[in-house]
Amino acid sequence: MKHRIMGLFSDFEQAFEAIAEIRARKIPGLTVDDVTLKSPIEHPEIEEVLGERPAHVPKFTLMGACFGITFGFLMLSSAQATFLVQPQGGKPVVPLPTNIVLTYEMLILFGVLFTVISFLTLSGMLRKRDTLYSETVSLDQVGVLLEVDDKNAQALKSLFQRHKVVEIREEVV
Amino acid sequence: METKDINEQIKWAQINKDVLKSLVNPRPAYWVAVAICLLMLACAVTAEVYQYQTGIGTADLDWPQMWGLYISTFIFWIGMSHSGTLLSAILHIIHADWRKPIYRFAEAMTTFSLMTAGLFPVIHLGRLWNMYWVLPYASDRGAWPNFRSPLVWDAFAIFTYLTSSALFLFIGMIPDLAICRDNAKGWRKKLYTVLSLGWAGTDRQWRHFRKTYLLMACFLIPLAVSVHSIVSSDFAMSIMPGWHVTTFPPYFVAGALYSGCAAIITLFIILRYFFRFEEYMTIPILEKTCKLTFVIAMAWTYLLLSEFITVWYGDDIPAKEVLMDKLTGTYSPYFLTMIFFGSVLPFTLAVEKLRRHIPTMFVVSLLLNVGMWLERWMIVSPTLSFAYQPVAWSVMWPSIVQWAIVFGSFGWFGLLFLVFVKIFPSVSMYEVKEMIYHRRRANVEDQAMAYHRRTSDPQPVAELPGA
Repeated sequence: MKHRIMGLFSDFEQAFEAIAEIRARKIPGLTVDDVTLKSPIEHPEIEEVLGERPAHVPKFTLMGACFGITFGFLMLSSAQATFLVQPQGGKPVVPLPTNIVLTYEMLILFGVLFTVISFLTLSGMLRKRDTLYSETVSLDQVGVLLEVDDKNAQALKSLFQRHKVVEIREEVV
Repeated sequence: METKDINEQIKWAQINKDVLKSLVNPRPAYWVAVAICLLMLACAVTAEVYQYQTGIGTADLDWPQMWGLYISTFIFWIGMSHSGTLLSAILHIIHADWRKPIYRFAEAMTTFSLMTAGLFPVIHLGRLWNMYWVLPYASDRGAWPNFRSPLVWDAFAIFTYLTSSALFLFIGMIPDLAICRDNAKGWRKKLYTVLSLGWAGTDRQWRHFRKTYLLMACFLIPLAVSVHSIVSSDFAMSIMPGWHVTTFPPYFVAGALYSGCAAIITLFIILRYFFRFEEYMTIPILEKTCKLTFVIAMAWTYLLLSEFITVWYGDDIPAKEVLMDKLTGTYSPYFLTMIFFGSVLPFTLAVEKLRRHIPTMFVVSLLLNVGMWLERWMIVSPTLSFAYQPVAWSVMWPSIVQWAIVFGSFGWFGLLFLVFVKIFPSVSMYEVKEMIYHRRRANVEDQAMAYHRRTSDPQPVAELPGA
């Protein structure tokens, strides 16, 4: 049987001290990678506490920008190519300088759209909120959430209490 | 004298309380403003219905004055849209944290200005039922619009800018919408639950949020510059005297930033009063905005003078004639007023005493925007009045229909804005919390440095000042 336990702390310092103990492997089987931190703001030094965690949004932004350039230029030039049968009066069928303007706009449009879609997908939003969600997290408290085995549940709660946890919420999964 | 951008002792819970209170409890003046905006909008709707039923001739838009107040005001609103998103993005990238209490309403201003600007080409068409003609699509003969034309670029650029800035506004608002969701009841709770998209404040969400916001800011800066450069190309790429000017793109961008900054000052003062935001929209932040506006005003003045000098020393006689007519002819009262409001009045922003006086800044910011609106009119109309053919020279005073629609567009913008700030938090709660958190930490670090200690060292209480 697994327990999901969330400790609510009154500030970042206490939450970080609790995470530091988890990092020091005070509870067997638990690592810092199992920690989910919930906070009203993003702490500037969060990576020093939780370690490097990936955010792949920029890759999708790059993909969007490349798609935008390709789509923009192909759309314009294919539309302009329908005029091949008409006399151009010496002007190019596909004029590069003017097409660059609209291709650039498409680059930005698709770059932004891909960025937003990847954010919504990768950040785990657009799904039902955790049952352990506490409204105080959006106010002024910091939550540390872990999933532990039955045998470690009490040890984790004691660890939280050592660091002046304000409230502990728990559910059995 | 208030010198700190924000009171660092405000509790986080207090920030939520103050901002959420603004959504339900504005001063009565808010409702007066809504009523005024509705009246102004009613003027525009009446005029538009009349124009629709009678014909575009009622607007006195006739050759050679085919572009009158509608296109001038279109450029004005596009310009107005620039400061919000552009300044927010630039200040975000350079970590200027004083933007945090004011960027939300500035970004909203961008979105609503663009929505207002988008109405004008449609109104200008006259035949509203053919409004889809302004969109780039292939006709039934398979002919596409001319992609070489700046007017087609406009459609693309404005669509891209509106989409991107609306998304930038929305994404930046998600953590605050979650706060609203957690505290609201009834229809508001349902609305915020949907719009907050399940935000729970996890480290994973914050990590992706930060990256996304930064990337969008990086995209929006060149986009905003490109949009007004493209709008300036509507003129600069023609061969009309007074329009065929190389400095038009930077001149338009500077003008756009200028009017946008002035509008930020106006809305700053209005919101501060309506929602009792004295703790967040502080005098030092107003001062910083005023200083920024002054710098942009001077850049705009420099570019205006460059335009005069380019025309004066060039060998384009018709362009010189248009310039001389602006200075001494029929349009001179408006042109000189524009110069006074645009280049002389901003010096009030350089005086500390005036900068800190809210009623003065309110009046000055309104007059700066009057100047910027006149600037757009003085770009469009004099050239059309005195172009190459003397036979076509004519001055056409805009009809009451044009004036009413232009006047009403301010009501439309105001109404959208006032509804927005009543439903969504106009001060970013999570960013203000971050600002306070960082400043408190910085203070502790400064204190520690003063005592040659590291922040992590134990603080001997007796050594701290005031202990």
